[in-house]
Amino acid sequence: MTPNLPLVILVGVMVAAGVTLVLERSLTRILIGFVLIGNGVSVLYLVVSGPAGTAPIVGLSDEPMSDPLPQAMVLTAIVITLGVTSFGLALAYRAWQLTGHDDVQDDVEDDLIRRRAEQDETSMTFDAADATLPDEEGADTP
Amino acid sequence: MNALLVTTFGGLAMLVGLVMLAGETGTPRLQEIIAAAPSGTAVTIGVLLVLVGAISKSALVPFHFWLPGAMAAPTPVSAYLHAAAMVKAGIFLVALLAPAFADVPGWRPTLVVLGITTMILGGLRALRQYDVKLLLAYGTVSQLGFLVAMVGAGTRSAAFAGLALVCAHGLFKSALFLVVGIVDRSVGTRDLRELSGLRQARPVLFVVTLIAAGSMAGLPPFLGFTAKESGLAAFVDLGHDLDWNGWGVLALAGIVVGSILTVAYSARFVWGIFAVKPGTAICEPKEFSPAFQSVPVVLAAATVVTGLAGGWLTPRLMAYAAQFAPGSHEPVLTLWHGFTLALGLSIVIVVAGLALFAWRRPVAAAQHAVVDRVRMPDAERAYNAVMRGVDRLSIEVTGLTQRGSLPVYLGVILLVLILVPGTALVRAWDGVSVRGADSRIQLAVAALMAIAAILTVRSRRRLRAVLLVGVTGYGTALLFVAHGAPDLALTQILVETFLLVTFVLVMRRLPPFFSDRPFNVARWVRVAIGVATGVVVSGFALVAADARTARPVSDGFAKPAVEYGGGYNIVNVTLVDIRAWDTLGELSVLVVAATGVASLIFLITDRSGRPRRPVHAIDAAGDEPAGRWLRSGRAIADARRSIVFEIVTRLIFHTVIVFSVYLMLVGHNAPGGGFAGGLVAGLALMIRYLAGGRAELDEAAPIDAGVVLGIGLATAALSGLLPTLLGGGVLQSAIVDIHLPVLGTLHLVTSVFFDIGVYLVVVGLSLDVLRSLGGGIDSQIGADAAEDGRTRAEGAPA
Repeated sequence: MTPNLPLVILVGVMVAAGVTLVLERSLTRILIGFVLIGNGVSVLYLVVSGPAGTAPIVGLSDEPMSDPLPQAMVLTAIVITLGVTSFGLALAYRAWQLTGHDDVQDDVEDDLIRRRAEQDETSMTFDAADATLPDEEGADTP
Repeated sequence: MNALLVTTFGGLAMLVGLVMLAGETGTPRLQEIIAAAPSGTAVTIGVLLVLVGAISKSALVPFHFWLPGAMAAPTPVSAYLHAAAMVKAGIFLVALLAPAFADVPGWRPTLVVLGITTMILGGLRALRQYDVKLLLAYGTVSQLGFLVAMVGAGTRSAAFAGLALVCAHGLFKSALFLVVGIVDRSVGTRDLRELSGLRQARPVLFVVTLIAAGSMAGLPPFLGFTAKESGLAAFVDLGHDLDWNGWGVLALAGIVVGSILTVAYSARFVWGIFAVKPGTAICEPKEFSPAFQSVPVVLAAATVVTGLAGGWLTPRLMAYAAQFAPGSHEPVLTLWHGFTLALGLSIVIVVAGLALFAWRRPVAAAQHAVVDRVRMPDAERAYNAVMRGVDRLSIEVTGLTQRGSLPVYLGVILLVLILVPGTALVRAWDGVSVRGADSRIQLAVAALMAIAAILTVRSRRRLRAVLLVGVTGYGTALLFVAHGAPDLALTQILVETFLLVTFVLVMRRLPPFFSDRPFNVARWVRVAIGVATGVVVSGFALVAADARTARPVSDGFAKPAVEYGGGYNIVNVTLVDIRAWDTLGELSVLVVAATGVASLIFLITDRSGRPRRPVHAIDAAGDEPAGRWLRSGRAIADARRSIVFEIVTRLIFHTVIVFSVYLMLVGHNAPGGGFAGGLVAGLALMIRYLAGGRAELDEAAPIDAGVVLGIGLATAALSGLLPTLLGGGVLQSAIVDIHLPVLGTLHLVTSVFFDIGVYLVVVGLSLDVLRSLGGGIDSQIGADAAEDGRTRAEGAPA
């Protein structure tokens, strides 16, 4: 099966653009990149699912049909994208409400751990064992 | 904590050992493993690993330090857990395995050497303790060493003595722990420097302690004496039974030294609690009921009775010991053996032990002189060093890998994608033949989409980026049409529209531009990773499509879709029948996402999108419907109303809703289905919201979104379960034709109920998104504006 070159290139461009955006810090940009990757992957399914044909509806035409299985998968993916993007938008809005911008910040806790690692310290929950012995007979003799 | 970590470590080693043994014998049943008694290198390693578990559980050197540390519990708990049940588990395991594995290389040396070392070390430490409970704890460590040495020696007489000692130890040690508990409760201290004169105040307790401690020291006529006698006799013959010669004598000497220490600390215990000490005030213990000390009394009585009943006990213990080959003497529990070496040793032990007790100060001082000056390997210090090392390692590893930065995480994932599968791609590459575009339209759409995608990356204005990404979405829909996928095209257009409006609803609150980021190296890295990922994905597309030779599995979908699925639209039948489990999972994801959206905006667990009747009531009280096109027409300010929009909404809303239901029902045979229908209904609701605000949305759908989602998911799940009641499989479809007069035949497939569930879930999601990101944000804008107005009004006079 020979792939459709223009569509392959389109997939590459959309994924490249989406990934570039996803690596940003602004949550809106990340979401837009996510949608771009989603559309790119939908097209990827078109490319690998075989040649175009008539709609996969029985009895519509005698011409060969397009492959229905990838279509069902992509349909699921489209709707999932809708749900996840809505959730991401709510997150972005909430982030803006709390901090005045929608940038994803570095985790403060992780930063603390890194600082401990640099200073060769133990974790906060590590309690050094009590090395002193209980009072014992004979300990007071010189 | 120490106790947990140490015994768990031992337990894990033991698990590995048991798995090895099970692998070697082919059965996980202990009985069968013991009966098979396999041998070989793997078995040796397995058995030694099991012994690590037993040793750590029974607090032998080098794991002995956890036992005294675990004495923090109330005394009865210590008595049960740390003097009996938990630590004896290791002894039990050794005793259980000894008949089968005592001859495994390393078994006897390990257990006898560690046992005797533990016995002596524990005894020495017990002699130095002031806290009588700690004294007992170290005494327990010492006794456990003794027991393991006996049980692990693997001769008939030693096994016999070991079992007798286990019984004796259980009786006297629990009695002694309970005595400590009673003293602690009634006097309020366990420090033997503060205890004085309890012999006069508590005579019964004194006698009990005397019996139990006497049994521990190995005095006649208690069980401890008869058991220890048989143990000494067993070790006297060790050289002969096992051909150990000199080593046997050394082992015997070790046991004797340990026993001397046992006598000494037993004496120290009795003296420490009950003696009158010069310079210490006589204690006046609180009164308690006689029942409080009844248990130790019973235990002490049992110690005496069993000591006298050696003849009765002997055959019962032999039942176990008979599994071993007979040694040079048949073991017997009796008070009088005649003038044997064992008796002589017993006398030496008692005399030397009492002497050690008499000179306790110099002995303790000498011990400290050694401990303080000579640096010896310390198991506890080693343990602490290991724990610290583990903690530091985890900090270093966490610090190195957990950077806490989303771009870094994603970048690492993508780099792995580029490097690993990318390398495989390059290796698998051997020329790919490609074809051009199917049509000019396809080429044009693809070019447009590519340009839009690149411009999206470059745009700094939020709205511009959103609109450009919308272009790629609609373009995708066009490509679907060209490919022959009408269902996809329909859904894609609906989703894209819905998403576009949702983006705009949120964007109105966010700053118009993305935060300013300098044009720097990091940006080029991002672009480089993006381009590389794009190239790799394109490569996958080429290779995967080119490598495809088999006929697609869906070639066989058409016939069953009609015959079993009862529909002509194969994509829809796939969704609601062939791959219905997938769809059910997807519905769950949608429900979770919708709930997440609502809870992020309203920040409460129940949705606050319930119809707000009071608002409406005020409207109704105002001027009457003249010229009102929408039910809540007066809820928004006139300046923001659009009469044309309201009229159009009024005209088309119900039609669109009917159309959405039609799409859902017809989807089985023509493009449509639950997803498309639900999205159309969602768009209809969106139009009502946009025209009339959140009050209008509540009018259009006076129901909680959560209820819709729940009913939808339940409908889909129940319609899947229903066929099982009719004798079919889960999610199997049944076809029913109902003949209706006038209207014709209704061709009903049960999977339509599944599609109704899908429809409801999508409507619920739309409702949640509109109420939260639409209405919810509206009301927050309103609240903010009111706040601003107030502050301005307050600020003005000043």
